[in-house]
Amino acid sequence: MAAVSTLQRTPLFERHQALGAKTIDFGGWDMPVQYSSILEEHKAVRERVGLFDVSHMGEIEIDGPEALALVNYVTTNDAAKLKDGQAQYSGLLYAHGGFVDDILVHRVREDHYFLCVNASNQDKDFAHIVTHSLDSHGRRRFQAAVTFTSANYAQIAVQGPRALELVQQLCDAPLADIRYYHFVDGAVAGFAARIARTGYTGEDGFELYVKPADSSALWDLLLEKGKAYGILPCGLGARNTLRLESAYPLYGHEIDASILPPEAGLNWIVKTAKGNFVGRDQVVEKLEEGVWRKLTGFEMVGRGIARDGYPVLADGVAAGWVTSGGPSPTLGTNIGLCYLPEEIAEEGRSIAIQIRNQPVEARIVKTPFYKREKS
Amino acid sequence: MSNYPANFRYTKEHEWVLVEGDTGAVGITDHAQSELGDIVYVDLPQVGSTMTQGETFGSVESVKAVSDLYAPISGEVTAINDSLAKSPEKLNSDPHGEAWLVKVKLTHPDEIQHLLSAEDYQSYIEG
Repeated sequence: MAAVSTLQRTPLFERHQALGAKTIDFGGWDMPVQYSSILEEHKAVRERVGLFDVSHMGEIEIDGPEALALVNYVTTNDAAKLKDGQAQYSGLLYAHGGFVDDILVHRVREDHYFLCVNASNQDKDFAHIVTHSLDSHGRRRFQAAVTFTSANYAQIAVQGPRALELVQQLCDAPLADIRYYHFVDGAVAGFAARIARTGYTGEDGFELYVKPADSSALWDLLLEKGKAYGILPCGLGARNTLRLESAYPLYGHEIDASILPPEAGLNWIVKTAKGNFVGRDQVVEKLEEGVWRKLTGFEMVGRGIARDGYPVLADGVAAGWVTSGGPSPTLGTNIGLCYLPEEIAEEGRSIAIQIRNQPVEARIVKTPFYKREKS
Repeated sequence: MSNYPANFRYTKEHEWVLVEGDTGAVGITDHAQSELGDIVYVDLPQVGSTMTQGETFGSVESVKAVSDLYAPISGEVTAINDSLAKSPEKLNSDPHGEAWLVKVKLTHPDEIQHLLSAEDYQSYIEG
């Protein structure tokens, strides 16, 4: 009996099947976890170039004369600092200060902002933004329209030290001029594209927002042209090991509704001086009183791999939990992130991870675990 | 199509055992390694410990996840494959050969009757 799949698919799903990808349910999406080998895909991105379908990510757009005021009211970072064609990492918070989501805010124009949000949070994010754009009588507080535009975009990430050369082959605009966390609206292989120099791997690269109808042809071209650079299509498995080495948070792991930005080491995306925003009071209070737990990196000393949810012990006593853990293909060690009380979270300190009822020694280390050398 | 040796017996948890005399060599199947992906860590019992059919005796970990190993047969562990600590990737390249996990002295040799033949295992995974 064949089960009826209720999972959502991206416009590139047939490509993934043709490439023999293994797929998994990722927040309600049937997504490739690997095509060949997570280790090989990881290595391709660190050394050459990898291609990711990230069309499951959501898009929300905010337009109107008071678009900036609304963006700044619902996000933590200061969007007033953005120029046209610039992006910033930011947070959406509940009134209690916990994360609704972590997002990218792109300023297209003074009156048009383009938000890229996590796939499994997109409906909730949209509802959250709309709710906070209205007053208690359901009237608009800002002259700005909030539009849910996920269906208008496929998103392809080209990541790795050779990404620039590869995408440039399909592009007239001089891509080297696009600085990190900037973007241009142009064309790739003749397909209209928002070309952003952003990513979630710790390498140089681009995230290309294109029309769903154009995505398969562009995917094929990138794979074809990428052969000369040793490109590999990469799944969510490699995306996760890459982002963990870079210590980028993943919603549902490092951050969620119970975590406030100061605990996650994300004060840098919270600009309390910009004025009021949803969750500000709680964050300010937390900043003043100090956090009792802090996101901390560790490396296994004993044999074993820490996994999400494993308890962390300090001096034999339960002190926190692992948010993400696994092997680091680049470093050849087993690494992880965990929450620990601030007084314990000292670099070099010995802790233990409770791995299947056995405490295994680990050591607190600085994050990120891996940082690319800037060329 | 994978080749499942006819002289092995298999479990629905994707382990195999090759019985020779009163000793059994135990491993994971090609299907198991393929489903797991890159294997990066193996946790095996100590020599001299005992294992019981159907119960866990260790674990293998891929980049993504940890999976329990279930004993296909009961016995006392007489040898473990030390080379897997250094080269767990052998479990991906040669799961039915070089990458055996443990050898056991069988305590209940008749348990083998509860295991699947190569043909039955193949139908099971294709089912």
